[in-house]
Amino acid sequence: MSDDLREETTLTMVEAINRTLAAEMERDERVLVFGEDVAVSGGVFRATEGLLEQFGEERVVDMPLAEAAILGAAAGLAAGGMVPVPEIQFLGFSYQAMHQLAGQIARFRYRSWGRFSMGITIRAPFGGGVRTPELHSDSLEGQLTNMAGLKVVVPATAADAKGLLTEAIRDPDPVVFLEPLRGYRGVKGPVPNAEHRVPFGQARWAVPGDDVTIITWSHQVHVATRASRRLAEQGISVGVLDLRSLVPLDTAGIVDAVERTGRVVIVEEAVPTSGFAAEVIATITEHAFYSLEAPPVRVSGFDAPYPVGLLEDTYVPDVRRIESAVLRLVEVAP
Amino acid sequence: MALDLDNDDLVGMLCEMIKARISSNRLWSLQRQGRIGTIAPIDGQEATTVGATWALDPSLDWVLPQYREPMALGRYGSEILHRFAAWAIGHPQGGHIPEPLRVFPPQISLATQILHGVGLAWAMKLRREPGVVLTFFGDGSSSEGDFYEAGNLAGVLEVPVILLCVNNQWAISTPTGKQTASSGFATKADAFGIPGVTVDGNDPLAVYEVVTAARARALAGKGATLIEAVTYRLGAHTTADDPTRYAPEDELAAAKERDPIDVFRRQLEDRGIWDRSMQADAEEAGRRAIDDAWNWASNLPLQQVELLDHVFATPTPRQRAQRAELDTFLRSDS
Repeated sequence: MSDDLREETTLTMVEAINRTLAAEMERDERVLVFGEDVAVSGGVFRATEGLLEQFGEERVVDMPLAEAAILGAAAGLAAGGMVPVPEIQFLGFSYQAMHQLAGQIARFRYRSWGRFSMGITIRAPFGGGVRTPELHSDSLEGQLTNMAGLKVVVPATAADAKGLLTEAIRDPDPVVFLEPLRGYRGVKGPVPNAEHRVPFGQARWAVPGDDVTIITWSHQVHVATRASRRLAEQGISVGVLDLRSLVPLDTAGIVDAVERTGRVVIVEEAVPTSGFAAEVIATITEHAFYSLEAPPVRVSGFDAPYPVGLLEDTYVPDVRRIESAVLRLVEVAP
Repeated sequence: MALDLDNDDLVGMLCEMIKARISSNRLWSLQRQGRIGTIAPIDGQEATTVGATWALDPSLDWVLPQYREPMALGRYGSEILHRFAAWAIGHPQGGHIPEPLRVFPPQISLATQILHGVGLAWAMKLRREPGVVLTFFGDGSSSEGDFYEAGNLAGVLEVPVILLCVNNQWAISTPTGKQTASSGFATKADAFGIPGVTVDGNDPLAVYEVVTAARARALAGKGATLIEAVTYRLGAHTTADDPTRYAPEDELAAAKERDPIDVFRRQLEDRGIWDRSMQADAEEAGRRAIDDAWNWASNLPLQQVELLDHVFATPTPRQRAQRAELDTFLRSDS
């Protein structure tokens, strides 16, 4: 049976992204995919494989190796009426384009007081666990959320990768679409064949639970889910809330989750100081303080740069660290 | 002078140069009176801006200015000066150049606009739109990575863009000799595989001629041109700068002898198409233009809660909440 006769197809995350890019390029001829090695080689993770053959070299473009040029040109393309979908090969490389991202793309609508829309979807793989060289695994999502004017989207599942990427490409504002390195082939799941849109700012329960809530995003949703299974065997019911997007943030969903359990663990891969988990805790403190039965706990990376391979399994939160945090949290008396 | 300019054009160019100088002086005074923020005078660079824009078709061609040029973009409509006055006051409407005017807001982050220009020209090429993009930047900006990334990308993509380096000899206090060991700025085009041309930036007709040629080349599908217009900054970098600390007096005196407005006026007098009464009329028109712009800008309404507008096409729930909270505070505080 061909794909389109079924309602869903089981895909890896990278397959879901690839098919979504193709579908959006098919739908809207203004959509343009470009970046380093995206055309002939199909991207270092093959996320753009086959697009060159299907849509031609005007719309699928191998760029000179210059991240600022990729994003600066994207701003001009958007101003000129195109729908750019640039790829930054690894999120850590975006440091070399930060002035275009934070200084220009994020504020172009604002500084032109509504004249110029920056409907740009910036795709970038991020996150650790696959033994990359330096600067290939950094989790910079917290920094990105501190740049007013960017939307930051962090899918965890293949279906959400499709639904959120579709939404991103159709959004009139800049979206940084972060794809977990480990999820590209490590995450597989049913993806609707028909058009599938997931609105931003709507968190999702990956696992329901009554005793403790883990709030997280992107690949850590799966790690937290494994931790919740182990804790369930010990009689502790742990829910996992997948934020899906950090800007906009589902404040109501977070408040609801806190009210449900009173005990919260926030899991992120990033440097903890001023990381996004801190923003989640601030949100809880402002809006759900009296529902807390214990102080919120963070399980993060460390206040150290993302390390080399032999240290990364310790740096990146894993099942054991999450489990340990939950066990300590349930011991706190209300 | 084998140019396709008639006497009306020549007179129009001089009028625009005079208007720019008067506007620049007026804005300087307004800053000294504490009525506007920091402003960068255009004194000395009028011939470059006016000569370049006279070579463009405002209905087809885009201009991406830095922060001085908007004073001399009258060819694109009196609205530009209105908006620039608002920009100088610090009104957000100042950054909004309305449709259909093909002018970007003033750029502060040096050289970023060159990449926007390349991207915009790329969009025009993809959409088969006639027209070119002209980006202004300075000798100092040519040291930025974005200049090299943009020149390189423009060469690779063969897009209809004109990179116009306004060499006014100074980047605030840093002379060109400390910006580059190169024999000039146009020669950097060799690295991009595009033509590089040096022109007397104090001669509006010479600038007109090279921009006309670059435009014809771009429209013929032959791609980008780098132009270095050699001029001299007769005033301070900005109202916050004191050039007596670094600019040699004799050098400045010599540059004033070559003031582009005086030189061009004498040329037109020699041709018998300019006289004292026209000079008086031009000065009166210049004063009226900046008066009109100032009156328009000074009377623009503004509410403080608007500071949350135009970040995104649709505000996030957080932004809506912040706006409501700010509104309540401002009402209670008044």
